[in-house]
Amino acid sequence: MDFDFTEEEKVFRKEVDEFVREELPPDWDVKTSYWPAGYGTLAQMETEFADYASEFHRKIGKKGWLSCGWPKEYGGMNSWVKNAIVDEVMSYHRAPYGGVATWISGPTIIEVGSESMKKEWLPKIANGEATFWLGYSEPNAGSDLGSLKTRAVKNGDEFIVNGQKTWGTGAHVTDYCWLLAKTDPSARKHGSATLMIVDNKTPGIDIRPIENILGIHSFNEVFFDDVRVPEENVVGEINRGFYNVMLALQYERLIMGMGAFRRVLEELIRYVKETEYNGQLLKDDPLVRNKIASIAIEIEVIYSFYWRTAWAMDQGKFSETEASVFKLFGTELSVKIACTAMEILGLYGQLERGSKWAPLLDGWASIGYLDAISGPIGAGTSEVQRDIIAIRGLGLPRD
Amino acid sequence: MNFELSEEQKMLKKTAHDFLAKKYPKDLVKKLEESHKGYSQELWKEMAELGWMALVFPEEYDGIDGSFLDLVILLEEMGYNICPSPFFSTVILGGLPILMAANEEQKKELLPRIAMGELIITLALTEPNNGLEAKSVQVKATPSNGEYVIKGTKLFVSDAHVADYILCAVRTEDASDLERGITVFLVQAKSPGVQCTLLKTLARDKQCEVIFDDVHVPKENIVGTKGQGWPIIKHTLEKAAVARSAQMVGGAQAVIDMALSYSKARVQFDRPIGSFQAVQHHFTNMWADIIGSRNLVYKAAWKISEGGLAGLESAMAKARVGEAYRRVTILGHQIFGGIGFTKEHDMHLYHRLSMAGDLSFGNVDFQREMVATELGL
Ligand SMILES: Cc1cc2nc3c(=O)[nH]c(=O)nc-3n(C[C@H](O)[C@H](O)[C@H](O)COP(=O)(O)OP(=O)(O)OC[C@H]3O[C@@H](n4cnc5c(N)ncnc54)[C@H](O)[C@@H]3O)c2cc1C
Repeated sequence: MDFDFTEEEKVFRKEVDEFVREELPPDWDVKTSYWPAGYGTLAQMETEFADYASEFHRKIGKKGWLSCGWPKEYGGMNSWVKNAIVDEVMSYHRAPYGGVATWISGPTIIEVGSESMKKEWLPKIANGEATFWLGYSEPNAGSDLGSLKTRAVKNGDEFIVNGQKTWGTGAHVTDYCWLLAKTDPSARKHGSATLMIVDNKTPGIDIRPIENILGIHSFNEVFFDDVRVPEENVVGEINRGFYNVMLALQYERLIMGMGAFRRVLEELIRYVKETEYNGQLLKDDPLVRNKIASIAIEIEVIYSFYWRTAWAMDQGKFSETEASVFKLFGTELSVKIACTAMEILGLYGQLERGSKWAPLLDGWASIGYLDAISGPIGAGTSEVQRDIIAIRGLGLPRD
Repeated sequence: MNFELSEEQKMLKKTAHDFLAKKYPKDLVKKLEESHKGYSQELWKEMAELGWMALVFPEEYDGIDGSFLDLVILLEEMGYNICPSPFFSTVILGGLPILMAANEEQKKELLPRIAMGELIITLALTEPNNGLEAKSVQVKATPSNGEYVIKGTKLFVSDAHVADYILCAVRTEDASDLERGITVFLVQAKSPGVQCTLLKTLARDKQCEVIFDDVHVPKENIVGTKGQGWPIIKHTLEKAAVARSAQMVGGAQAVIDMALSYSKARVQFDRPIGSFQAVQHHFTNMWADIIGSRNLVYKAAWKISEGGLAGLESAMAKARVGEAYRRVTILGHQIFGGIGFTKEHDMHLYHRLSMAGDLSFGNVDFQREMVATELGL
């Protein structure tokens, strides 16, 4: 056993960290926010930051850091550990990089895409020139994705898409939809859908904003009205969409903004060292010490899942159950940390960004308290994760 | 023993429930929360006509002579439906300490106007980086020519931006016993030197920073006795904790009701989501949290109504509700899934209030400490 990084990884990590520190504007910390494992406040999904984010994302692409986990033949570094290092550092600084294209689409295309698709799309994705949003969920197909209704009908060398997607995070600031649509309604649920790439600019696509509970336009409902998609945009085999989505999930699961956990802990520690309450530094209050210790332990646990998963992926030993535990534990920990932060900050915790007296990076905790709610819902709810772990992981019987 | 509400209380509850449901649709609630003033003057008048501001005051001051328990029942409904207004500040933080400690002249002057809905009053207690104990009161008032001059900053003062009067707890003398030397003043909110800034809070519940910059107050405006203000504050905090807890239990009930009806209607995997065991267990946990909390709140309110000391009951109720309401809204969000994460939905209003409620008048940690003290530790 060895819990340490290799020398090369350490050097790499330092390089990424230095680059990001240099690159981000000095007021980035109080202009943007990101809570660990939340989906509601990613800067790259907000119109306000879209131009800057896209420029930054491309710079990261030029460095080759959007595709560290990919095989070398596709321009990658063949290291999921490096990929994990990049994401940890980026999310620590809340840097606006990455997204569906690099985390989900690229790896899926590598696994199941045709040679011509790989040639066309992988370089664009790795360079940060093509960004995607995830078109899975529909108003009546959330946890039960199998019941989706958006139809793609073959017509010559095109598909014609009709239907409605919802919760499309970043649809308004990205280039393409990573769409899952029904191609064989007569088939059983899981053999009925196909993955395809759809250009957001295609006529017939109507992207409408949805404001989230933080008042941020992060997601959208998207209507497809006779949208024509060339057949070569199909990803993998026709009617194998669900299987390909499952494949993609393993890569997605590693992405939780791990560095943000470390960052919250550091900020809280700094806060309690500097802040007096009733004439006593908070750090000397046994209750506060206990609370900080408690989340620090759990953050250590989530990090252990993180590095172990990245390592296992590099060994070809990926475990779906462990990935589910990671997602479940991390998103629920995010809620716990938000509550703990509010308990420590007391009345000040409720002060929002821009308010007089707002503590901790100008009201970060109150943002977290709202954003944290999204983690245990998005990308498969906690209830669904628990089912997966119990049934597929622990072998318990289905009802 | 009798765990039932009286006929009058049931009536009050129903009237309040129906009135609030009709007059405070969630669109209006959201609009009021985002507005500067934070309440509707028109509805404020209607609430006064229903006698709500008069409810807890004696008839001799144009009140209705209701009990604290009656008030708690009304507040529970106000938490259920959410009705942004300076009711809590005016009646609980303003009216009750005046009723308890003011002299006859002050009571005659103020209470009937409170009861008629003609006055908005609040309490300025909390100070920067300080808690809710006697030692936390450090802003000073110094005597000068038969007046007092207040200088200092108070924080998290509810509704001060719309208040006519602010009850302000200050230190008038340095005593070795920190519970002594605190005086409560009745300050006209528009007095020269009073600067009020609205804070932007999670629940948009109109809390303010109030700076008292050499504010002159006549000594006739002392409420109670000079130097003996702490017991007034302490008892007001006790009542406020119970009153806030009642609102919070009402809010938690609204969350479970909303989630119950949604989970019967929302279908996934060809079944209503309420038929999944995982979801059912969430409901059971929410429900147990709510009924357990409500019992504690009623008991504390009953004790206060009976005139007994309720330090322990009040602290237990607030600690328990503070935790429970937060758990309930987090589960509520979980049950609603994606739709609950939208601004348009109502769920987040309660989620915000659950935290704001816990933080107000002593959060879980503070109240547990109070319980320990009450237990003689
Ligand atoms: C902030 C945010 C961003 C998102 N971004 C995207 C995106 O970019 N693209 C995209 O396609 N989707 C996105 N989603 C959608 C997300 O994947 C869905 O919200 C999620 O899958 C849950 O679906 P639902 O909201 O329809 O809830 P439902 O499926 O209706 O679930 C409601 C409740 O029922 C429970 N439940 C459902 N089925 C079962 C069961 N079998 N057993 C036990 N309990 C069950 C759930 O756990 C939940 O508690 C996003 C969601 C959020 C909150």
